[in-house]
Amino acid sequence: MFRISAAKFIAPGIKRFLIEAPRIAKKHQAGQFVILRLDEHGERIPLTVESSNKETGVISIVVQSVGKTTHQLNGLDAGDGILDVVGPLGKPSVIENFGTVVVVGGGVGTALVYPTTAALKRAGNRVLSIVGGRNRDLVILEEEMRAVSDELYVTTDDGSYGKKGLVTDKLRELLESGEAIRLVLAVGPIPMMKAVADLTRKKKIHTVVSLNPIMIDGTGMCGGCRVLIGGKSQFACVDGPEFDAQEVDFDVLIQRNRMYREAEKRSLQEYQQRVANEENSACMVKEGAR
Amino acid sequence: MSPTKETSTNPFTLKERMKFPHQPMPEQAAELRIQNFGEVNLGYTEELARQEALRCLECAKCTCVEQCPVGVDVKEFVKLIVAGKLLEAAAKIRENNVLPAITGRVCPQENHCEGACLLHKKVDPLGIGYLERFVADYEQRVGARVAQKALATGKKVAVVGSGPAGLSAAGDLVQKGHKVHVFEALHEIGGVLVYGIPEFRLPKQVVREQIDKMRDMGVQFETDVVVGKTVTIDELLEEEGYDALFIATGAGLPVFLGIPGEHLNGVYSANEFLTRINLMHAYEFPLYDEPIVDLRGKHVAVVGGGNTALDAIRSARRLGADKAYVIYRRSEKEMPARIEEVKHAQQEGIEFRILTNPIKFLDDGRGGLGGTQCVQMELGERDASGRRRPVPIAGSEFEIQLQAVVIATGTSANPLIQSTTPGLRTSKRGYIEVDRETQRTSCKSVFAGGDIVTAGATVILAMGAGRRAAKSIHEYLTTGEWAENPIKS
Repeated sequence: MFRISAAKFIAPGIKRFLIEAPRIAKKHQAGQFVILRLDEHGERIPLTVESSNKETGVISIVVQSVGKTTHQLNGLDAGDGILDVVGPLGKPSVIENFGTVVVVGGGVGTALVYPTTAALKRAGNRVLSIVGGRNRDLVILEEEMRAVSDELYVTTDDGSYGKKGLVTDKLRELLESGEAIRLVLAVGPIPMMKAVADLTRKKKIHTVVSLNPIMIDGTGMCGGCRVLIGGKSQFACVDGPEFDAQEVDFDVLIQRNRMYREAEKRSLQEYQQRVANEENSACMVKEGAR
Repeated sequence: MSPTKETSTNPFTLKERMKFPHQPMPEQAAELRIQNFGEVNLGYTEELARQEALRCLECAKCTCVEQCPVGVDVKEFVKLIVAGKLLEAAAKIRENNVLPAITGRVCPQENHCEGACLLHKKVDPLGIGYLERFVADYEQRVGARVAQKALATGKKVAVVGSGPAGLSAAGDLVQKGHKVHVFEALHEIGGVLVYGIPEFRLPKQVVREQIDKMRDMGVQFETDVVVGKTVTIDELLEEEGYDALFIATGAGLPVFLGIPGEHLNGVYSANEFLTRINLMHAYEFPLYDEPIVDLRGKHVAVVGGGNTALDAIRSARRLGADKAYVIYRRSEKEMPARIEEVKHAQQEGIEFRILTNPIKFLDDGRGGLGGTQCVQMELGERDASGRRRPVPIAGSEFEIQLQAVVIATGTSANPLIQSTTPGLRTSKRGYIEVDRETQRTSCKSVFAGGDIVTAGATVILAMGAGRRAAKSIHEYLTTGEWAENPIKS
């Protein structure tokens, strides 16, 4: 059992957890992830580690409610436990002094790209960051990102904060500004990462994305997370999760991530129904007592 | 411990014993069992076990024992069954085998003890596996006391991997008085016994009971530790103070066929398919969260002819597959699966497409699997394995309609430990090199065994390696001697 030492919503449906996991905290490097399982009936899901502290033995993760497990996880609080947390898994990000790098974080992807951004800054890069969200509430980690960036740009789809538009609009601007950009790192929804790859391909700029396929064990054993990279199968859990964006077949990734859509929908509906029923009966108990 | 010899209480002459028929295993009827994941074999009753035990010829030279990778004293434990001393029979098996309820169910006895049984020259061999299982289940039912341990030696041994090799080594080492700590990457103890072998062949409850026994003996288990990632071998030895370490991480990465269409939805590796079903309980979705593609009314195939392949396709049948095929490129004679599994699969309506090889997986137009294009094979010259090499027959291509396929053609070595342990010698294919007698690796204090050394094999061969490792780890911890170059290969 891994104890949650703190938990707080940082945006609607997005929660940050501090988890006591000393073995993982000791070894974690930027870009790596953990796999967790909430309880005996739980599935195993991969989540990127946002930060780790070797001294306190605590790691942090940022979780957006999407499916059943993330909804259930975001219902947990400080003092609760998570049955299994294993990691750190995957290869760490490649950190070098490249020169000028552009970091793109879309939605909850900003939290996932943050540790690598910080490491790139520490390595002496000039870091230009673009963080975006659908609206003002969904722009996260702005201050954290600002602290590790030379320049920070914010975009929202609806214009409620920062510049109206997509992160890729800002990226296009930077690419055309004439600045010598050596690396683009993008983490976010698959369509965003695909759009980034399309933009930088024309300019022949090395671009890295972090992929999120369906995964079970995370050690290379099952092959469920295989992705097509330059026409060849690779396992995101051990060969990734970061890959050269120009080589990634995003369409296959989208297709494979759809494999259990029906089951996922059913799981979430039944979970939400169960939660609603429990709340109802809790209310009825209260009223009965009255 | 001096081996105690039981006097025979078998009243029958050898001639009479030869005439007794082999007692068949009571089993769930095929049409029933394809609708559930309950165990196929129901186990001998006490009466059946005694009847079968009476068939033992009690040979002077026990070829059955010689052929057992862990050296179970077959004659002695069978004599104890005849004498009605069932708990003593269990204890006798446990002297050499810490997991009798498991090997009694999944060991390919035809390649070992039963294959070597003298009865087999004329009639059916003695049902040694069935008897072993009976005795182990009896012991579990009535509850046996935990065997005496040696005095604590103060030495600490780390075992990496909790599959058959790791468990077998851990059991032997803890008996010798060493402190044993087993690390497991997954969330459950048992390795292939829990993620690979399905419930209908090896109930998880049986595995848990055997592991609980090991806990009672003092073995410590830690799940969620991926050695090579969470902690390295060198850190375990230098920082966590282990005096010796046994690597038993098992078969590694799934090997795909390298043919077009393998990324289509519905194409699984056997590891993923079986892990979803066994470890993650996908057959109980939505009670358990992990799903698997809906196979009800579908056409499903497995590619491969080993036990893993049969486990996968028989699971698919239980998940409602209307048609279930085994596609195997050699002939039935070369199939590595246990005879009993092939028989059970046939009873369950599994169709065998032998001398057949898939060359392409076909898209259903929506990114899902629609079928496979296959080619007919014929057997040519003998290859390195001594088996006749299958070669494609030109122009024999044909299609099989499928909505799901499971690739069960083998695995390759997982490099997680090798790549993070400087100085650990590996073969060209990435398996860990050891001295075959002592299981010592090229790194001081480090031993290895099981599938990570031999590549995919069987539960019992892995357990044999675990026993050999435990013996030489004990020697090493007692004498402190480590040869400069331990690998004599």
